[in-house]
Amino acid sequence: MSTNRFYPPSGLRESNPTKVDGLLAGLHLDLPLLTGLILLSLFGLLVLFSASGESVEHVKRALLRLALAFAMMVVVAQIPPAVVRRWSPRLFAISLLLLVAVLVAGHGAKGAQRWISLGFFNFQPADLAKLAVPMMIAWFLAEKPLPPTWQRLTIAGAMIFIPILLIALQPDLGTALLVASSGLFVLFLAGLSWRFLAGMAITAVPSGWVLWEWGMHDYQRGRVLTFLDPERDPLGSGYHIIQSKIAIGSGGLYGKGWLNGTQSHLEFLPERTTDFIFAVLSEEFGLTGVILLLSLYLLIILRGLYIATRAQDTFSRLLAGALTLVFFVYLFVNTGMVSGLLPVVGVPLPLVSYGGTATVTILTGFGILMSIHTHRKLLPT
Amino acid sequence: MSRNALKDYLRESRLFRNRIIVTAVAVVLLLGALVTRLVVLQVINHQHFTTLSQENRVDVRALPPTRGLIYDRNGVILAQNLPTFSLEVIPEQVKDLDATLQALGKIIEISESDYKSFKGQLNQQRRFNSIPIRVRLDQVEVAKLAANRHRFPGVEIEAKLLRHYPLGEKTAHVVGYVGRINQEELQRINEEEQDENVASSYSGTSHIGKTGVEKSYESILHGKVGVRQVEVNALGRIIRVLHSEPPEPGQDLHLSLDIGLQSEAIAAFGEERGAAVAIDPRNGAILALVSNPGFDPNLFVEGISSSDYKMLQQSKDKPLFNRALRGQYPPGSTVKPFIGLAGLETGTLNSTQKNYCPGFYQLPGHSHKYRDWRKGGHGSVNLIDAVTQSCDVYFYALAHQLGIDRLHEFLSRFGFGRRTKLDIEGERTGLLPSREWKKRVRKQPWYPGETLIAGIGQGYFLATPLQLAHATATLAARGVSNPPWVVQTKGIKYVSGAMHERDKPTILQQRNPNNWIKAIEAMTQVIEGARGTARALKNENYRIAGKTGTAQVFSVKQDEEYDEEKVEKEKRDHALFIAFAPVEEPRIAVAVVVENGGHGGSVAAPIAKRIMDYHLLKK
Repeated sequence: MSTNRFYPPSGLRESNPTKVDGLLAGLHLDLPLLTGLILLSLFGLLVLFSASGESVEHVKRALLRLALAFAMMVVVAQIPPAVVRRWSPRLFAISLLLLVAVLVAGHGAKGAQRWISLGFFNFQPADLAKLAVPMMIAWFLAEKPLPPTWQRLTIAGAMIFIPILLIALQPDLGTALLVASSGLFVLFLAGLSWRFLAGMAITAVPSGWVLWEWGMHDYQRGRVLTFLDPERDPLGSGYHIIQSKIAIGSGGLYGKGWLNGTQSHLEFLPERTTDFIFAVLSEEFGLTGVILLLSLYLLIILRGLYIATRAQDTFSRLLAGALTLVFFVYLFVNTGMVSGLLPVVGVPLPLVSYGGTATVTILTGFGILMSIHTHRKLLPT
Repeated sequence: MSRNALKDYLRESRLFRNRIIVTAVAVVLLLGALVTRLVVLQVINHQHFTTLSQENRVDVRALPPTRGLIYDRNGVILAQNLPTFSLEVIPEQVKDLDATLQALGKIIEISESDYKSFKGQLNQQRRFNSIPIRVRLDQVEVAKLAANRHRFPGVEIEAKLLRHYPLGEKTAHVVGYVGRINQEELQRINEEEQDENVASSYSGTSHIGKTGVEKSYESILHGKVGVRQVEVNALGRIIRVLHSEPPEPGQDLHLSLDIGLQSEAIAAFGEERGAAVAIDPRNGAILALVSNPGFDPNLFVEGISSSDYKMLQQSKDKPLFNRALRGQYPPGSTVKPFIGLAGLETGTLNSTQKNYCPGFYQLPGHSHKYRDWRKGGHGSVNLIDAVTQSCDVYFYALAHQLGIDRLHEFLSRFGFGRRTKLDIEGERTGLLPSREWKKRVRKQPWYPGETLIAGIGQGYFLATPLQLAHATATLAARGVSNPPWVVQTKGIKYVSGAMHERDKPTILQQRNPNNWIKAIEAMTQVIEGARGTARALKNENYRIAGKTGTAQVFSVKQDEEYDEEKVEKEKRDHALFIAFAPVEEPRIAVAVVVENGGHGGSVAAPIAKRIMDYHLLKK
């Protein structure tokens, strides 16, 4: 092996096979990843119970959703990466069709058309796109040697742009951002040249202005302004950020204790079970709890990146890397927003926030990662 | 696998690994930034956010104190707090607000302005706070509503305490009244209470003393506001009580006033306009303080209607005007005993010395005739005769001899020309003219003729009924001047004759006690003498010392004659009378002014008699 080989931290490397490992391997599951995801989910339920005002009903429903999502993960983990790869273009096409359909016949909330009612279940095509876009780009780029040529990059760019446009039209800025990042991460991991990235950064400024002038709804502009100065509208859109900062700050080093968060229990904190659940956690468990939570996330992310490095074909490694990084984007955008580092964008805290189809999407993604890791063929050395 | 393909594969792997390293580093750096941000929020600014969080959840609610009651000297209640009923609606609990209001309007009367103020508050208050729609429900309305209550969920009949003055008009000018706190008062309260951390002493209180004892003793009557620290949620709804400090009710006040005497005095006035003040000369206690006509102070408590206010304001009788404290009248002949005493005490006068009164007086070298009220004059009179018959000429001469400076100095000892420092606000100073005053205000020198006019209590000379009563009490107490007061300190029940702690009397300088006895003897002769101007008051039960007075409202020209019958009521003279009794050990000193009453002896003196009778005989 070459000298610049990537050595992941020892804890994330393959451990010696045991009985449990054998069983998990049989189920195509990855122990470190599974442990991280389960611990995170349990921590999430704990916080949710407090955030929902000690509602057992909420926790039951969240548990049911998690069970469903974990089941989905296990099912997807059984599918060999080759099959996933084969299905990528078809899945991409389906998600595009659904995105168009939702614009035409979708149901909306708060002035946005986002989901299709399947009777028992509200399905968000954008969630499908979160998986389908990186799959498609990875499939496309893996066809030819890397790094990709300019022509292929342009085509890949267009394939990312179309679904984003459809999602942005709904409009759903948060999901558009996540889908865009999932596609861009594939490009980046595929070896997008640094010069190109520098060029993108330079063009970002004028295109940001164009987006501001013509591409944004008033409420979205308001969010950006509020991010820049939350005091601008303390009772309106700035209220969220002011109250969540109070919740986090008043939590201190050790927190006010589980179920003792005044900001959440007295309902000062808006959206406390969903997008702002991180503030509840910070208030009740303090910096200590936050660092514990972030450690779990970091464990999952580093394990995901390790799986990507160990993947045996280009499609797998690109997809594994991209899915892991999107998971990080979820985390960073949500925590950054709640702590006032970033503007308010509707992105949930993965596996902790209540509701949405996001949990299912995320765990499906991890199912793919596990599949990639457990379907490896032993290479001749 | 071809060599090329393998080479590509290795190249790709290396490229991919490099990229993964870059992203892993980026992930760690970004998480580091996030943790830094959280350290800033949770560690560095922790105190700041803890404070904000406390402010968020803890609300301080004021518990208004109950206002102190006011009693007269015998424990008769003059100001109390009565429960009144109002109809209140909690919007949150009412399904169809408009329909509910309409249905309520069929049971009791709800006026257009009631609706308006309700709608106004509806927009300002939280949905779960109750909002009044009708205040001051009467018994019948309360009964009707109570019977229909089941039909209106979220509609409540609320009881609250409202100030009430059971004796109404009789006490209006002493007790005063409370009213809703206005903008100006609110500002004053806020300025006085700079410390923002303490709940304002008036939070939760809607009323404040506006006049009389209610105003002057506001701080004592109001009491101390209590606080209740409550935990509230984001909607402001109370979750639990964290800490409670009950309010301290305001202190009850006992007045020196005898409400029986007050009523008697008012009855004695009948339809006449005027004022009467009765003081206990032994300690300065105000026994009665009447300004007639009065008004119903209860009208002002919940805000007087503009039509009622217009009526009171425009009435010719000026019922809102507190004549006892603010009415300034020429004291007329009532000052003669004081001026006589000044003559004796300064040695200007010998009490037995007789002066001849031809019916007019002329200053040496002047032709102007200063007339006596009796055309033919009083003949040869000494001091006692002059006071008894109220001879003007005698006092013109005496005033001229004394001069304005000594006159001013001596009369000011009795409190003329300045406030008596009564413990009710609003008193006016009257006017005791002097050389200095005329130069300052009128920018003119003092003329000798003006001294003469001052000598009979006319001209610039003005006094309030309170000042007259106070001066009379000082004379009655043989020079012991007790500042007048209406409220016993610290709620201690009045003990007859007990000295009031706060107000130390001043003892007037006395050259010779006999001079005081002479002055009092002269006043006694006004009642007992055969030619006394108040002979009618003479009685078997007790001895009175008094002096009548007539104050000109309308000047009569040099050669004209004043004829009461020919002059309209408004231009008639004010009738005055001062008196104290019993002469030997005075227990009451009275001053009575009847506006446009005519002659003091016939109009004002009988009122004073009734007051003294009540005080000295009916107990």
